[in-house]
Amino acid sequence: MLNASIRKELPGFSVDIDLRFDRGILVLFGPSGSGKSTILNCLAGLQKPTAGRILLDSRVFFCKQQNINVPARQRRIGYVFQDYALFPHLTVKDNVLFGLAPGPDRCKKRRGHRMSVRETLEMLKIMHLQARYPAQLSGGEKQRVALARSLMMEPDLLLLDEPLSAIDAQIRRELQIELKKIQRTWEIPFILVTHSHKEMDALADEVVFLKDGQAVDTADWTLPAGGTTDRWGRAWPPVLPGEDSLTGSTIHGFRNTAAMPDVPVK
Amino acid sequence: MSGPIVLSLKVALIAVAIDAVLATLLARLLARREFPGKNLLESFIILPMVLPPTVLGFGLLIVLGKRGLLGRFLLENFDLQIVFTWWAAIFAAAVVSFPLMYQSAKAAFASVDMSLEQAARTLGSSESRVFLRITLPLAYPGLIAGLVLAFARALGEFGATLMVAGNIPGKTQTIPLAIYFAVETGDNTLARNLVLVITGMSVTALFWLNLWLRKKTRVWQKGDTPRAERLHP
Repeated sequence: MLNASIRKELPGFSVDIDLRFDRGILVLFGPSGSGKSTILNCLAGLQKPTAGRILLDSRVFFCKQQNINVPARQRRIGYVFQDYALFPHLTVKDNVLFGLAPGPDRCKKRRGHRMSVRETLEMLKIMHLQARYPAQLSGGEKQRVALARSLMMEPDLLLLDEPLSAIDAQIRRELQIELKKIQRTWEIPFILVTHSHKEMDALADEVVFLKDGQAVDTADWTLPAGGTTDRWGRAWPPVLPGEDSLTGSTIHGFRNTAAMPDVPVK
Repeated sequence: MSGPIVLSLKVALIAVAIDAVLATLLARLLARREFPGKNLLESFIILPMVLPPTVLGFGLLIVLGKRGLLGRFLLENFDLQIVFTWWAAIFAAAVVSFPLMYQSAKAAFASVDMSLEQAARTLGSSESRVFLRITLPLAYPGLIAGLVLAFARALGEFGATLMVAGNIPGKTQTIPLAIYFAVETGDNTLARNLVLVITGMSVTALFWLNLWLRKKTRVWQKGDTPRAERLHP
C-alpha cells in the first residue's frame, strides 16, 4: 500500500498531491510540465519534497515532521527512466545485474525472489542480447533491458516514466500487453507516467489526472474540440506517431477496467 | 644526455600523478555544486595556464623560498629545502599543468549523464559505488586526455622551473633547460638530439592518446559495430 502526500515547490509552480494506491497499475496522466516526473523522483528519493509524507506498506520513506528522508538506494523502488538510462559502458548482462550484490552467486535465485536472472531475461526475451552494449539495441530492446534491470532487485514498487514514448506504434502495443502481464505476475504496484491517451486506456487500473501539479477532478475534464496548447504552447493533446488525433474525445472515467482484458497470469 | 631525459620523465610523471589526484577530486567536488564565488575560484584554478611562467616562478619562490611561507616552515622544522632541488621542479611542473588536468576532468564529469547516476542510486548503489562504477568509467576518456595533456605540458616546463629549481646539471636540469643551455654554450649537437627526444616523446603521447580514445569509446558511445551484427525484433 502506497500512501503518499507530496508537496514540492518548483520555480514557476508547485506540485501538491495525495496518492493512495494498493495494487495494479496507477497511471499519472497529464501534459508535459504537469509535475509527473517530479512526483516519481520524490517517490524514488531522487528529489526531496518540500513537505509531506511517503509511506510504502509499513516503511516510512519521507516524513517532513519527523525529518526522515530515506536515500534512494535503500528504498527498493524500481525506476524505469524515460530514456531508459542504461549504462552505456556496460553490456546488457552487466546492466541487468547492476542492482545485485557482486559475487559468484549473484545469478542464483535468492530466497524470496520471484524469478531468477535467467527466468527474468527469458520472460522479457532478452536472453540473446546479453553480450551487447546498449548502443546496439533497438528502442524496444532497451525498454526490456531497463525493465529487467529494475525488476532484478525485487522492488516493492515500480515507477515507469513514459516507458513507451520512444517506441514505434506496433512494438508499443506488444510492450503494453507485456507490461500488464508483468504487473500481474509480479504483483507489485506500478506507477506509470504518460501523456498518451491510448497508453492510459491500455494499461491503467487507476488514473490520476494531473494539471499544473495538482490532481484534477476527472468528471469535468474533457478535451475541447480542436485541441488546445500546453504551458509551452505545444499542441495538446499531443499527437504521437502512429496514433490518430485525439481531439474532441472525452477522457474516460476514473477506474478503467473495460479498455483491455486482463492478461491471465501464467 | 640521459641525465636530463630521466629527470624530465621523473619530474613530469610525479607532477602529473599529483595533478591527477588533486585536480580530479577538485573537479568532481565543484562539478555539480553552485555557490557564490565559484566563478572566481575557477578563475584562480585556470590562472597558471595564462600567466607567464616567470610570474608563477616568482610566486613559487615566495611560497617555497628559504624565507617563503612554506619553505621557511619546512627548513626550520624538518631541515628540508625545496628550492633548487628537483622537488621544486616537480612543484613548478605540477602547478603549470594543473589547469589542463582540471579543465579536462571538469568537462569529463559534466559530460556524464546525471540520470545514469540516478539510475544507479535507485538500484541500491552507495555514492562511492556510483562514482567508481558509473561516473569514473564514463568520464575516463576525458580524464586520460587530461592526463596526457598535463604530462606533455609538465614535460615542456621551462620558465618557472628555471626560477625555482635552477639549472644544476644532474640535479635539476630537465630537457628544456638542457636544450637552452646547450644552445647557449654552442653545443648544437646536444641541443638537436634533445629536441628530437622531447618532440618524439610528446608526439608519441599525443598520438597514442588519439588512437586509444577512438578505440575505447567506439563500442559503447556510438554503437559503431558492423550492421550485420545488429538484430532487431
